[in-house]
Amino acid sequence: MKKRPRPADAILTLFRSRRQRMVRGRCGSEEEDAVSSSNPVAGPIEMLRQMLLIRAYEMKIVELGGKGPFPHVCTCVGQEAAAVGVVAALREEDRILTNHRSAGHLLARGADPGRMLAEVMGRATGYCKGKSGTLHISAKELGVLLTSTIVGGELSLATGVALSKSMLKEKGIVACFFGDGAAAEGIFHESVNLASVWDLPVLYVCENNHWQAFVHRDETMRGAFIAPRAAAYGIEGLTVDGNDVEAVHAAALEAARKVRETSRPFLLETYTYRLRGHMEPEPAAGADPKELEHWLGKDPIARMKRTLLERGEATPEDIAAMEAEADAVVDAAEAFAAASPMPAPEELTTEVYA
Amino acid sequence: MIPANVQEAIHQALREEMARDPRVILLGEGVATKRPDLVEAFGRARVRNTPLAEGIIAGTAAGAAATGLRPIADLLFAPFLCFAMDEIVNSAGKLRYMSGGQFKFPMVVMAMTGGGWTVGAQHNHNLEAWFVHSPGLKVVMPSTPADFKGLLKSAVRDDNPVIFFTDMALAFAPGEVPEGDVTVPLGVAAVRREGTDVTLIAYAKTVPACLEAAAALEAQGVSAEVLDLRTLKPLDEATILASARRTGRVIVVHEAGRLCGVGAEVAALVAEQAFASLRAPVLRLTGPDAPAPSSFLLEQAFSPQPAAILAAALDLVGRTEPAATLA
Ligand SMILES: Cc1ncc(C[n+]2csc(CCOP(=O)(O)OP(=O)(O)O)c2C)c(N)n1
Repeated sequence: MKKRPRPADAILTLFRSRRQRMVRGRCGSEEEDAVSSSNPVAGPIEMLRQMLLIRAYEMKIVELGGKGPFPHVCTCVGQEAAAVGVVAALREEDRILTNHRSAGHLLARGADPGRMLAEVMGRATGYCKGKSGTLHISAKELGVLLTSTIVGGELSLATGVALSKSMLKEKGIVACFFGDGAAAEGIFHESVNLASVWDLPVLYVCENNHWQAFVHRDETMRGAFIAPRAAAYGIEGLTVDGNDVEAVHAAALEAARKVRETSRPFLLETYTYRLRGHMEPEPAAGADPKELEHWLGKDPIARMKRTLLERGEATPEDIAAMEAEADAVVDAAEAFAAASPMPAPEELTTEVYA
Repeated sequence: MIPANVQEAIHQALREEMARDPRVILLGEGVATKRPDLVEAFGRARVRNTPLAEGIIAGTAAGAAATGLRPIADLLFAPFLCFAMDEIVNSAGKLRYMSGGQFKFPMVVMAMTGGGWTVGAQHNHNLEAWFVHSPGLKVVMPSTPADFKGLLKSAVRDDNPVIFFTDMALAFAPGEVPEGDVTVPLGVAAVRREGTDVTLIAYAKTVPACLEAAAALEAQGVSAEVLDLRTLKPLDEATILASARRTGRVIVVHEAGRLCGVGAEVAALVAEQAFASLRAPVLRLTGPDAPAPSSFLLEQAFSPQPAAILAAALDLVGRTEPAATLA
């Protein structure tokens, strides 16, 4: 990809201020409470921008993983629309729990790619000081409680986080992201059932990406969809085209609105596809080439670009500039992470107990 | 002091802590049904019956603990903790560390354990060592009503996940609790009886067994010290070592199996740090590596009895005459 000859720090400033705007909007200083209490409708350009940043970040991971010793990372390539569309429907006071494919959720929430990469690379400047690594990044300041790599672990905690919200009379809802594989764990049933019985404000978001590590979904479940299971727990469910960021956003806004208004859980399913292997740097395992090709044709980013061009909301130059910006931000993030110190050895046994 | 058995002591602690701190909530299968006075005092929101799903009970407690509540989850019988291991061990125990200290998990998981009710292996299993082995957790296993109350109060106030075991055999034994808001700190063993010839180290139901053996030992001219560990993690190493150095002889007594049990840890600790004081090898008297039996007779045989402790202690002090009898 050709980069525009623009100084990286200028670009960074641009991105940073944008991020800060987003984050500040969520952190709710008094004057901005008005913003956070109305629906923060993210515009289509902003959503494409976020998807590009996520893709650039994940492809940086792919690149680093291919270069030599680098932690295994589960990327969300192909699922950017699902992440951006839903997270854009959340507010500052909402909480997020997610799974091992969490970079999209974190970045869409305004996470600093430098601190994320630093965490992946085990640096002291990472969100969890290098103690989480790639698979469990949490960022309290962003309301991201947990990235669980125990499949379904986030489902079990989400009920409790929502219970806190409801008992402490705090504003906001809990968004819990999980895969179709997690929906086969017993804890999925336990969590949704209890959230329904106790009227807890949880927005369950199943990213149905056709894959459960190395097993295709068709081998482990009847039918293609998870959302119909909602009926069994007496809650609403909906499946949305997970590769159409605007459709996801609209569905998530509506689902989140219902959760806020009723304090009842909602099961939103984003129907999408994992375009890379389960983990980097392993190659994609077992994907049927025809299926993969079909879904490559539905790449959410290419699709959004087409949409914006067709609607005349962006020019090819605008898009190229956004791509160059995303690349520059991620390059700077890599430089930041690589230059960051490792944690001191004494950190080994700190923060085990409160 | 007020007369109270262990069940009553636990109830008092729950009631007082819920009254003290509105963030304390109680959840479990039937807690609201069994404790109607707490429902009346604190409402159904704070005393919650749950579905029969131990994983989500513990997970809900963990999520709630991370975000401002102080949950107490009653998971009934210790073997059911197997359903909640992920939430307790992988989430509550690890997430503080994994998040670089961003979250804490002030929660208590209660469970009953040990023989005495002839409930058999699927309701009786001393799992305490599993949790001692899991970072981020604390493990409490008291022996007297006063300690049940004082330690449970401390557990509720602790900012870490605490596993709180009730040895069923102790549940209805008479005892007393102090008046007022008296807590017992976690991590401090109690010297139940002072002695100079041998140290008997125990927790839960083997504490009374050791005290009975110590009385018989005294009648035979052997002075036995009895330590009640009370908290298995943090383990009160200082008290253990001080006593081992004083007597030079140590017997660790517990009902859980011997392999990799708490006794193994205590024995290793003494061997590593008080070896020069030892006058005899450290002994362990424990339950067998077998599921807990149900039959009353087998269940009694499962747990180290005073006669066995007495015999082992006499052997350790070099008294071989068969005069050992219990009052
Ligand atoms: C309890 C548990 N079992 C198995 C695994 C190994 N594992 C890691 S990710 C994964 C697949 C999860 O599939 P899904 O929930 O659909 O999420 P996806 O990876 O597709 O995003 C598996 C099996 C795990 N981490 N945790």
